[in-house]
Amino acid sequence: MSDAANPASPAASNNGARSIHTVDARTKKRNASEKRFKYYGIAAIATGVFFLVVLLGSILWNGVSAFQQTYLEVPVYLDPERLDRENPSSATTFTYNPLIAEAVWERAQELGFGDEFEDEGGMSPLISASAAAIIRDRVIANPDLIGETIDVRILAGSRVDGYLKGRVDRDSASRDRNIDVAHLELVDAMQENGSIRKVFNWDFITGTDASESRAEQAGIGVAMLGSFFMMLVVLGLSLPIGVATSIYLEEFAPKNKFTDLIEVNISNLAAVPSIVFGILGLAVFIQFMHLPQSAPLVGGLVLTLMTLPTIIISTRASLQSVPPSIRAAALGVGASKMQSVFHHVLPLALPGILTGTIIGLAQALGETAPLLLIGMVGYIATNYPDGIASGFLDPNSAMPAQIYEWAKRADPAYYERAWGGIIILLVFLFAMNAIAILLRRRFERRW
Amino acid sequence: MTKTLTVSALALAVAAPAFAQSRDNVQVAGSSTVLPYASIVAEAFGENFDFPTPVVESGGSSAGLKRFCEGVGENSIDIANASRAIREGEIETCAANGVEEIIEVRIGYDGIVFASQIDGPEFTAFEPSDWYSALAAEIPQDGEMVANPNQTWADVNGDLPSVDIAAFIPGTKHGTREVFEENVLLQGCEDTGAMEAMMEMGMSEDDAEAACMAVRTDGASVDIDGDYTETLARIDSNPDGIGVFGLAFYENNTDTLKVATMGGVEPSTETIASGEYPVSRPLFFYIKKAHIGVIPGLKEYASFFVSDEIAGPGGPLANYGLVPDPELAATQSKIENEETMGAGS
Repeated sequence: MSDAANPASPAASNNGARSIHTVDARTKKRNASEKRFKYYGIAAIATGVFFLVVLLGSILWNGVSAFQQTYLEVPVYLDPERLDRENPSSATTFTYNPLIAEAVWERAQELGFGDEFEDEGGMSPLISASAAAIIRDRVIANPDLIGETIDVRILAGSRVDGYLKGRVDRDSASRDRNIDVAHLELVDAMQENGSIRKVFNWDFITGTDASESRAEQAGIGVAMLGSFFMMLVVLGLSLPIGVATSIYLEEFAPKNKFTDLIEVNISNLAAVPSIVFGILGLAVFIQFMHLPQSAPLVGGLVLTLMTLPTIIISTRASLQSVPPSIRAAALGVGASKMQSVFHHVLPLALPGILTGTIIGLAQALGETAPLLLIGMVGYIATNYPDGIASGFLDPNSAMPAQIYEWAKRADPAYYERAWGGIIILLVFLFAMNAIAILLRRRFERRW
Repeated sequence: MTKTLTVSALALAVAAPAFAQSRDNVQVAGSSTVLPYASIVAEAFGENFDFPTPVVESGGSSAGLKRFCEGVGENSIDIANASRAIREGEIETCAANGVEEIIEVRIGYDGIVFASQIDGPEFTAFEPSDWYSALAAEIPQDGEMVANPNQTWADVNGDLPSVDIAAFIPGTKHGTREVFEENVLLQGCEDTGAMEAMMEMGMSEDDAEAACMAVRTDGASVDIDGDYTETLARIDSNPDGIGVFGLAFYENNTDTLKVATMGGVEPSTETIASGEYPVSRPLFFYIKKAHIGVIPGLKEYASFFVSDEIAGPGGPLANYGLVPDPELAATQSKIENEETMGAGS
């Protein structure tokens, strides 16, 4: 205040040389410092934006390729001498592998490759190990195919996929024991001929995880279901418990030392690192209650503990923002305390509660640390749950745990999939936050 | 609120026993080194049999064996994977909890290799003695133990490049560390004569062994508690670094890593199978015999795991980096006859 009064001080106005149009040294200094502060602010924001762009850029740069996958299209002859029409399941995938290798070998010879590879065994780097199972399932479903030549679309090996995506080049292939430069020449020719194509990879979004030898087959679908079931548990438990807690504390509870203590502890709980909840979950849910390890139910319970304080705090804030006049008016026309809360206060606070819940869920969705402790990593999620109960109780992964798992694996193709998984996770988080913002904009009333 | 909590706690308590429903899939847990192999087998098993795909979890050899020994029944796991043999104490715990009949299955061997950046310094040949002299915390000199004075690899062995020692070795919780200590550090300690010198100084054999395997903590050697991916990242950012990897991991990353020989032998599935390459270890899994016939597919999974098509030379496990066991046939018949530990040998 005293600064602002200075230019107009009597001493200044007595001196005829000064007017409000000439800027004196102090004002200059103040203006300069204001300008400087503005630049600091802009610099801070620019730094933030820069890091955001670098982060998103590197995620997209590394991860977008996971959404495309290389496929081989070749006619495979189902040799009746090696496959039994009467009992098609007697032939294992090991019987089918050479059939596929021969089909690719034939195509290679058609394209003029032959000397580089000794026999069809040299084709194996091109073919994913998953191919045999796909054809075997088709034959078991329809044994009449045996003896015919069928057109199949199978996954190409992860090194071939890497070549089409620029991860593998001739230089690195020459040092790589899993693929040769000659293979890459063949891949070029097959791509020209249309037998190898890169297409959008739905299996990455809907598929199951795969073992380490088949990076090309791995998808995040099962982990997504795991996350979905966990979120159901979190929503089903934390929303009613959180809202009931807040309504009681806000509207009914007497204000005394005991409720103060509860309030302080809820705030403290919100700041507890999530790994602590993981340890608690391991000790209570798994070791004491003997709930199954790696199950989304347990994951959901642990994340519920973590999400509850967030929901309670935001619910209480939105209950507080409902003006007391609403309650007074309701009570004034003869409503009971409970009627005033459930008919008037709660509907008005609902947008705030939902926003807080969605943000709490989004937080829980991206949480990894507690899941490490209850065994949701280090596990290969290859089975879709076959029902609601199995969705909750069967071992499963979750999206962030799956990303962590992929980032650890030896095959470099999994690295790309980890980044791709991050993109999917971020899409979910953005969507949830967007819904929260929309709800708030649309329905929140301000007084 | 208290009421809601009580109700939900009650609901959980009531629901808990209902989870003990009959189980139709095989459950496996244990070593993270065996996990890739077990998951390759589980996947192929699910494709080829009408049984559901077995559930394979990791967590480490000790954690897996602990869960294995918790008892018999559908709530306990059927198979424990381990990158080391089961210990006497664990067998006792098992027996105390009613797990008396255990079938031990050796699936093959895993090699441990020493690799550095492909464009980095010329680390091409090591001897165990080089590693001992480079990594020991204290070495005997003129009758007393002094802190390891070696700063560069050239200090250790004139044939090695003259760059600072920067070794990334597995942390103490890894099974790999045990093999590294025993087959490399202890061996090197004996080769250099340091062990003899220590015993002449009046140390007992046990103390001398412990001193041989004590790793320096001045930053030249870094324990990696994470996975090989972490070691790889460290090597990527440090051109002079040298890391300890599993053979399978190295085989998957031959385009960025170059491997050094140990004791003049290049690590490969052949040299490990023949026993020429000194740093390797057997990998196992353990089956609860009481679960065979109760859990559908358990025995089929075990025999499928050690079948020639899977674990033999040229099979998917060998392609991934497992060194096939030359005595696979004996293991197959062991599973066929359900021979338990102690009974057969």
